[in-house]
Amino acid sequence: MDIESHLPILQVIVPLLFSPLVVLLQPRGLAWIATTAVCILSFAIAINMAILVLSGQTLEYELGGWQPPFGIALRIDAISSLLLLIVTGAATAAVLGCRESLNQQIESHRQPLFFAAWLLLLAGLVGMVVTADAFNIFVFMEISSLAGYILIAGGPDRRALMAVFKYLIMGTIGATFYLIGVGLVYMMTGTLNLDDMARLLPGVTDQTTITFAAAFITVGLALKAAMFPLHVWLPNAYTHAPHAVTVFMAACGTKVAVYVLLRFDFLVFQSADLYHGLQFSLFLMPFALLGIVVASAVAMFEGQIKRMLAFSSVAQVGYILLGASLLTQDGLTASFAHMFNHALAKSALFLSIACMGMRFMDLRIDQLAGAAKTMPFTAAAFLIGGLSLIGVPGTAGFISKWLLIEALMEQGEQGLLMVGIVLLSSLMAVVYIWRTVEVLYFRTPIQQDNTQQGNRVVLSEAPPLMVGVTLLMAGLNVVFGVMPDVPLSLAEAAAEILTGARQ
Amino acid sequence: MTLEAFLGHFNYWVFAILLMIGFYAVIAKGNLIKKLVGLSIFQSAVFLMYISMSKVEGGTAPILQAGVADPIYSNPLPQVLILTAIVVGVATLSLGLAIVVRINERYGSIEERELLDAD
Repeated sequence: MDIESHLPILQVIVPLLFSPLVVLLQPRGLAWIATTAVCILSFAIAINMAILVLSGQTLEYELGGWQPPFGIALRIDAISSLLLLIVTGAATAAVLGCRESLNQQIESHRQPLFFAAWLLLLAGLVGMVVTADAFNIFVFMEISSLAGYILIAGGPDRRALMAVFKYLIMGTIGATFYLIGVGLVYMMTGTLNLDDMARLLPGVTDQTTITFAAAFITVGLALKAAMFPLHVWLPNAYTHAPHAVTVFMAACGTKVAVYVLLRFDFLVFQSADLYHGLQFSLFLMPFALLGIVVASAVAMFEGQIKRMLAFSSVAQVGYILLGASLLTQDGLTASFAHMFNHALAKSALFLSIACMGMRFMDLRIDQLAGAAKTMPFTAAAFLIGGLSLIGVPGTAGFISKWLLIEALMEQGEQGLLMVGIVLLSSLMAVVYIWRTVEVLYFRTPIQQDNTQQGNRVVLSEAPPLMVGVTLLMAGLNVVFGVMPDVPLSLAEAAAEILTGARQ
Repeated sequence: MTLEAFLGHFNYWVFAILLMIGFYAVIAKGNLIKKLVGLSIFQSAVFLMYISMSKVEGGTAPILQAGVADPIYSNPLPQVLILTAIVVGVATLSLGLAIVVRINERYGSIEERELLDAD
C-alpha cells in the first residue's frame, strides 16, 4: 500500500483513533507518553505533506473512493499545509513542554480523560483544515470546540468554569450561524463541496440568499476567531485554562477559524461576485484596526500575565485579518506569515509562563518580581518570545510585521494611516512586554513571607524538559527570523491560491 | 408580499421566530439552565430550516419500490446532515449541563449575577 497517498486522511485518523485508546492507559505517565507519540506522529505527517506541497503538488483525497462532489473530498494545498504545521506543531510543543505542568494541574486519575480530549481537539482542528466539504468543517469545528471546552474547564481554577460556560454559549452560537450559512448555500446550489459551491454560485439567480449566507458564515467564524468585538470569550478562557491548554489553543485555536473564513470568503464567495471588497475590506478592516488598538491598550494595563497575553492574542488576530482585508497578494502573504510567526511567539511565551507556573502560584505580574534570578532560562525564553511578539529585527515577528507594513504602504494615504496604527500598537506591545521583563529581571524577589498568602516561591528553575522545550520554541523564533524561507514560501503560495493567481 | 407567498414560507417564518426566541433567552436570561434551554431552541430552529428545504410535497423515503418507476422522494441529504447536527446539539447541551453542575458545586449558585459577584 502506498502510504504517501493516504497522508491526508491519516492526519485526522491518527489522533481520532488514539483518543479513545488513551482513556484506557491508567498507569501514571503512560497516557502522556502515548499522547506525545501521537502528536509527534501527526507533526511528522504534516511535515511530510508540507514537503510534498512545497514541491508544487496539491494533495487530493477521495474518502472511500467516492468522487467529489458526491463523496467527501480532502484537499491539502499550501494554505492547509501551513495551518497543519502550526496546529500539529503547537500540539506537540504544548504536550512535550508541559508534562510537569500537567501533573501539577491535573490529578493523575483524570489525566487519561484529559489527554483523550486533547487528541480530540487536535483531530478536530486538523479535520477542519484538511477537508474540502462545508458540512464536514462544521462537524470537525464542533469536535474541536467540545474538546476545547473540556480542556479549558479541566484545570483547578474554578473561574475556568464560568469562562468555559461563556465560551460554550458563544462558540455554539458561532457554529450555528455557520450552519445556517451553509444551509442557505446548500439551498441555492445543492452541494456541500467547496469547489463545487464556487463553481455553481455564479449561476445562482437570486444572489440575496447568498449574500445572507456569506454574512452568517462570516459572523459565525469571526466569533470563533475572536475578531475584536466578538472576542469576549477569549481572555477569560485563556487565563483560567491549564497552562498547557493555553499554549496549545493560543497558538492555533483562533487561526483555524480564520483559515476557514478566508477559504469561504476568498474562494467560495468571490466567484459569485458578492461585492467582495465591500463585504471584506469595508466590513473587516475597521474591526481589525479597532481590535489591534483596543486589545493592545487593554493588555498594557492588565495585571495578570496570562490575561495580558490573551488580549495581545486578540490584537494579533487583528493583524492577521488586517492583512487579509487588503485583498492583495502582499497583504495575504503577510497575513499567513503572521499566523505562523505569531504561533511561534505565543507558544514560546505561554510555555515560559507554564514554567513560571511551576514555581509561582500567583501569576499576577508584580508577584513575579526577580524571577529571572532563579529562573534564568525561562525568563530568557520569555524575553525572546516577547521580542518576537513586538517585532524586533532578527525575530520571526519582525518578518511578518515588515511584510504587513509593506503591504499597507501600497495602499496610499489610507495605508500610511494604518501603518501608523500598526506602529502604535507595536509600541504598546513594547510597553506591555517591557513592563513584564522589567519585573522579571530588575525587581528584587519577594521574600518568603509570601508563602502565607499561598504564593509558594521555590528558588529554582523549572524542570529540565519544560525549560528545554521552551528554549527550543524561543530559539525557533530566532531561527525563522533569520531564515524565513520555508514559512514564507508556503505563505506566498497560500496567498496566490486565495487571490486566484495559482489554480 | 402576497398571503400566498407568506404561507408558502410558513416553515421559514417559524424557523426565524424560533431562532430569535432562542437567541433572546440566551442573552436575556440570567439563569444558566435557562440560557442552555435557549441555546437548544436556537439550534433546533436551524434543524427545522434544513428539514423544510429537503421536503418535497408527497415525497417518500428514497427507497426503490417494485412497480414504481419514478417515485417522488424527499432529499435525504439534509436529513442526514441534521441527524449529525442533532448529535452535536445533544453533546453540546449535555456538556453545558455538566459544566452548570460543576459551577453549582464550586459556587453554590447558577444565577449569572451572583456568579459574577463571587470572584
